[in-house]
Amino acid sequence: MIEWFTWVQVVVAVVAGLVCVVACFMKRQPDDITVGTGAVVLVLLLAQLVVAVVAPFVGNAPTGNLVEFYIYLVSAILLPPLATVWALVDRTRWSNLVLATSSFAVAVMVYRMFQIWTVQGL
Amino acid sequence: MVTQKSTRAVGLGRVLIAVYALLALAATGRSVFQISTQFGEAPLAYTLSALSAVVYIVATVALIGRGQGWYAVAWATISFELAGVLIIGLVTVLDPELFPHDTVWSFFGRGYGFVPLVLPVLGILWLRRQGRLTASGRGGAAGGDVVGDGDVAAGGASSATDAGTTR
Repeated sequence: MIEWFTWVQVVVAVVAGLVCVVACFMKRQPDDITVGTGAVVLVLLLAQLVVAVVAPFVGNAPTGNLVEFYIYLVSAILLPPLATVWALVDRTRWSNLVLATSSFAVAVMVYRMFQIWTVQGL
Repeated sequence: MVTQKSTRAVGLGRVLIAVYALLALAATGRSVFQISTQFGEAPLAYTLSALSAVVYIVATVALIGRGQGWYAVAWATISFELAGVLIIGLVTVLDPELFPHDTVWSFFGRGYGFVPLVLPVLGILWLRRQGRLTASGRGGAAGGDVVGDGDVAAGGASSATDAGTTR
């Protein structure tokens, strides 16, 4: 993994989550903005997938368990789409909180992935 | 509307279900990894991981499901989770040697931000509330009734206009 890109993902995911929490408190239905924040988080995760596939071939090999890493990455990639489906089915403001939960979880998971890649096994 | 299908899955309860689904995913992911790569190291701890993952999945489904059957299943699974996190949490604190390998419940769910400890408590509070609604006859009415109640309890000022809608 690339360290600065990890932090970009964590920060973006946390901000995305906060936007959705605010939207819930403002009693807004899930809209382009809140679903959009999830989409941004997802795009970064897909970029992370490319980075993870390429990195070992350019001298950035993981120190930790790659299977565990990919379980985290694939699970994380599943979250934003699932939360988006939720938001489309359940048109209440509470879906914004579900979107927020998804993004916060992604933030934690990306951080954990970074730990597995760089710290675990050292 | 689709969103009124389930009387127990309302308002904050929906968020609770989402978090349960997330924890089910987390527990399943960890369990699959542990069992597929290092089951021999700690069969007990990893069997427990798998069991907890299954229980979280069943609890998630039970919270979504309607009727007394699912209600009972929700009670059973959520009580089991609370007992699990308390017992395993206590054991790992008192005698870490007994469970040297992490489970979702180790140290009261520390590895998961104590979500496994908080969630069953919230789940039980939620089920108690649902039980009261049903007992007082209000929960047995149309789903819209309960939707309105959910919004009031959550601090929304919109119950009157929103009862019967999906907001």
